[in-house]
Amino acid sequence: MKLFDCPVIGKRPISEFDYCGEVRRPPLDADETAWADFVFNRNGAPQVLREWWYHRPTGRWYIMERDTLKDEVQRFIDPQEVRYDIPA
Amino acid sequence: MPWRLLKYGLKKTHDEPRFFPAAKPLKSGYDVVIIGGGGHGMACAYYLAKEHGITNVAVLEQGYIGGGNTGRNTTIVRSNYLTPEGVRFYDTSLKLFEDLSDDFDLNIFYSTRGHFTLAHTDSALRTMRWRAEVNKRHGIDSEVVDREFIAREVPYMDLDCAGHSAVQGALYHAPGAVARHDAVAWGYARGAYNRGVEIHQKTRVTEIRTQGDQVVGVQTDRGFISCNRVISMVAGSTPRITEMVGLRTPIEIFPLQACVSEPVKPFMDTIVVSGSLHVYVSQSSRGEMVMGASVDPSVLHSTRSSFDFVEGLTDKMLDLFPFMSRMKVMRQWAGMSDITPDFAPIMGKTPIKGFYLDGGWGTWGFKATPVSGKTMAWTIAHDKTHELIEPFRLSRFADFDLVGEKGAASVGH
Ligand SMILES: Cc1cc2nc3c(=O)[nH]c(=O)nc-3n(C[C@H](O)[C@H](O)[C@H](O)COP(=O)(O)OP(=O)(O)OC[C@H]3O[C@@H](n4cnc5c(N)ncnc54)[C@H](O)[C@@H]3O)c2cc1C
Repeated sequence: MKLFDCPVIGKRPISEFDYCGEVRRPPLDADETAWADFVFNRNGAPQVLREWWYHRPTGRWYIMERDTLKDEVQRFIDPQEVRYDIPA
Repeated sequence: MPWRLLKYGLKKTHDEPRFFPAAKPLKSGYDVVIIGGGGHGMACAYYLAKEHGITNVAVLEQGYIGGGNTGRNTTIVRSNYLTPEGVRFYDTSLKLFEDLSDDFDLNIFYSTRGHFTLAHTDSALRTMRWRAEVNKRHGIDSEVVDREFIAREVPYMDLDCAGHSAVQGALYHAPGAVARHDAVAWGYARGAYNRGVEIHQKTRVTEIRTQGDQVVGVQTDRGFISCNRVISMVAGSTPRITEMVGLRTPIEIFPLQACVSEPVKPFMDTIVVSGSLHVYVSQSSRGEMVMGASVDPSVLHSTRSSFDFVEGLTDKMLDLFPFMSRMKVMRQWAGMSDITPDFAPIMGKTPIKGFYLDGGWGTWGFKATPVSGKTMAWTIAHDKTHELIEPFRLSRFADFDLVGEKGAASVGH
């Protein structure tokens, strides 16, 4: 069984987490083309991605940097690093 | 056949002609370069040569022919999709499949089995009815059947599913079939080769060169090839290729795994899929139970197998077939599925002149091998997207004009 070594809750089986895709920032103020690109297109090639993972038993969200070729988590990210303001 | 067996059995050397002899050196240029020697690439080469007389073609394959998803899939062929555009497309493919053995003069072991998609809930049954109506409208043999019918056709299955999610009914598709995947790739490859196409295995494309917005050639690990028409038919590697030309697509790669049991005597001649349990099974002509599930939960560019998969799959499979608990899993493997948000492929011309795309095949592209080859060959020969694949154009994601095939393609491959 594959384990994630989480700095907050320790070693947990990966099957306890839901994968929720790349952390992305919406274009907020953009035309339809840019929105379509945001909604549908993805960075699909192998690379290090920042991704959302949801830990079901504790109900917490985590952000991790993972190499999608080697399946190695490189870093846990503080959500503050990816936060952005929604324009009023 | 027995004579041939005797003749070769008694001989020291085996001089059966090879399907496609060892490749010659690469030429400096071709009219068309096909990236990817899977079923789709070989089929496209075949129809380019056979139907359009375009034979100055090179198929470039980084590994060996059929070593990608073509040789890893569970070979279900069916056309009971949900959208009219999907149904039309896959049914054209199914009809081509039925004649392939004759076309190739090679047995592809095409075996019509009958395909059940089980509904364990009322809402699943509602989707089945919807699918059946769309199917019938397009002349497809497809109907909703009740528990008695299923019990008669699949006698060894526990319709009560161990008591916790009883089967309510099923979508039954009599033409549903399986075939020998390798033979499909080899048959197309031999047919293409005999018509003059060059097949280069162990040849990897590392760069696609453009001038302005026109493709002018490809760089490979065996040298540069100049070429004005390049088509990408690389399934699980599609994002790596589209990145080379700066094209953005919605494709994400998820591993898809499968396994087979040890061989047992034939007892099941149908294909059974459960959308609710996320598993499916058929029995191969060798007697193995061929089993699969949905894709792995997270993006990954790898063909590694996992224990989580077998554990999850067998847990569900035993609900349906309790006696399988005494059978051993013999082999497991994985492929890389190129998943799109609407579970339909991406095909046809692209904004880059001379760059054609055939990808987004996810978990469902084996059955499309003949029709993809045929329509993509037509598209390249006419430099115009074939009418049958127009709904699958890349620009649908810019026009908010998706195909919506999820209900019929997410679990049932
Ligand atoms: C476990 C599993 C079960 C499946 N079950 C079914 C099923 O039951 N029914 C169904 O219809 N479909 C099924 N599929 C999906 C189906 O296998 C694929 O959609 C289909 O085989 C894709 O064929 P292809 O020829 O496009 O790609 P592939 O067969 O993957 O061929 C692509 C080739 O491109 C080569 N390549 C990649 N990059 C490069 C490069 N840079 N240079 C040169 N060559 C390159 C690869 O080596 C590969 O051989 C399944 C898939 C998997 C993994």
